[in-house]
Amino acid sequence: MLTMKEVEHVALLARLELTPEEKKMYARQLGDILEYAQKLNKLDTRAVPPTAHVLPLQNVFREDQTGEHLPPEKVLANAPDREGQFFKVPRIV
Amino acid sequence: MELYYLTAHELHDLLVDRQITAEELCRAFFERIDAVEDKLKAFVTITRENALARAKEIDRQIAAGGQIAPLAGIPVAVKDNLCTEGVRTTCSSKILYNFIPPYSATVITRLNQAGAVILGKTNLDEFAMGSSTENSGFFPTHNPWDLERVPGGSSGGSAVAVAAGEAAVALGSDTGGSIRQPAAFCGIVGLKPTYGAVSRFGLMAFASSLDQIGPLTRDVTDAALVMNVIAGHDPLDSTSAPGPVPDYTAYLQNGIKGLKIGVPKEYMGEGISPAVKQVVAEALAALADLGAQIEETSLPHSEYALPAYYLIAPAEASSNLARYDGVRYGYRAEGGTDVVDMFMKTRSLGFGPEVKRRIMLGTYALSAGYYDAYYLKALKVRTLIKQDFDRAFASYDVLLSPTTPSPAFRQGEKVADPLQMYMSDICTLAINLAGLPGISIPAGFADGLPVGMQLIGKPFDEGTLLRVAYTFEQNTEHHKARPKI
Repeated sequence: MLTMKEVEHVALLARLELTPEEKKMYARQLGDILEYAQKLNKLDTRAVPPTAHVLPLQNVFREDQTGEHLPPEKVLANAPDREGQFFKVPRIV
Repeated sequence: MELYYLTAHELHDLLVDRQITAEELCRAFFERIDAVEDKLKAFVTITRENALARAKEIDRQIAAGGQIAPLAGIPVAVKDNLCTEGVRTTCSSKILYNFIPPYSATVITRLNQAGAVILGKTNLDEFAMGSSTENSGFFPTHNPWDLERVPGGSSGGSAVAVAAGEAAVALGSDTGGSIRQPAAFCGIVGLKPTYGAVSRFGLMAFASSLDQIGPLTRDVTDAALVMNVIAGHDPLDSTSAPGPVPDYTAYLQNGIKGLKIGVPKEYMGEGISPAVKQVVAEALAALADLGAQIEETSLPHSEYALPAYYLIAPAEASSNLARYDGVRYGYRAEGGTDVVDMFMKTRSLGFGPEVKRRIMLGTYALSAGYYDAYYLKALKVRTLIKQDFDRAFASYDVLLSPTTPSPAFRQGEKVADPLQMYMSDICTLAINLAGLPGISIPAGFADGLPVGMQLIGKPFDEGTLLRVAYTFEQNTEHHKARPKI
């Protein structure tokens, strides 16, 4: 079980506004899942390197050249709100 | 057999022999969709006019002479997390209910170049997070073998479209089993290629180190034909593997004499239903009769795959889904007092409960103080899981297991308990953690419901998987069964 404070902290980091019911539900469900994940601690992994990615690829480079990009009108076509060639959002400061 | 129940290669033969036109084919599939879609709900968006125009164009090309490519004129369904230029792409999420991509995923471009006719976009668990398609932000999809049961997920719509004759082949995506598990539940073939074999450009990201796009088809030949179109390096995806792409149809050979198949005992133990074990045991006997050498083996860290996966995948998801903030596309909530308030309201109203659960879980696992204990720990365990497979493949050509612990479960059965739902991926998700190719093929039936078996291969050895699957298929009848709707 996570505490309400923990749930509220994580929700803020995740930019989620949760209802009191959701907070209670996630406190219990995340608690269950994390408790289940404790199982991993049965393994000694001090000498094991992490695998973030399975392919042996590293630093895939391309030439630094100008290329074709989406025109601004296409980029802005899905904007919920816009002004000219800008995305418009509520006040920031 | 009805036209809509033929395989893509059978339909191709009809097109080549001029027994049917692409337009007639397209209309036949839309008739089928009109007849059964109300019961199944496989599609989020149906692109009837686009498809018919495209089919007519293919007919003109055929009339002009020349070779007809294997997928030319073939009706295809694609999962609605693959971007289609000019056609709404929702990820089955309210947060993208109105999103019209300005570009297409590489696999879509390749399907179009190959002459395939896309009929529509199929339903999924929102952002591909789920195992039943019940987490769709719009509506659940129903299993054509029993409408009260789930089709599996997250590529449930694609699996149902193919199984029920609403498309000849489909594309899905697989992060922990999302192609193979619904393929098993719906009695069709589902292939998750090796990580890097197929470009992910234009696939809406769930967990970037695990996601792969692959085919859902009625037989193994069709899976090879689709792979021939979608596989290969793409400069637009830096994790796409460079190097030559084989002709996958060259592996469709009937013969597995001397081939070594390992059966990991952890995948046949507790938690696997007796009915599924029975079907897989019969399939193993059939493969042994065909000359394969079958031995029990062990992947000792198997029990850790599920907890490792449910830290890694949500961690990656929480980062990938940060982009849905109501600024550039999709849904934006009204009434935000400032920009952060707008983000929070938008995300809270736009995402469904499972997506929020995974974002919360992933954010927690990555947050200060917990990163080492959860996320890094899981990445280390991932190494151990991968090493298990490396060791097994030193002795075996392929590994074999059930695809799912049970046949399709009932709608609503696992909704209230996320851990129970996560367990339905227990046979498939380690394969994503290790980046390996896996294919689910129809292995038989239990109480009238399809059962799938999974073949697991070495990296980039889809060829051996296809050969074993093809040999099994040529010597059995399971893939010929069709649901009655």
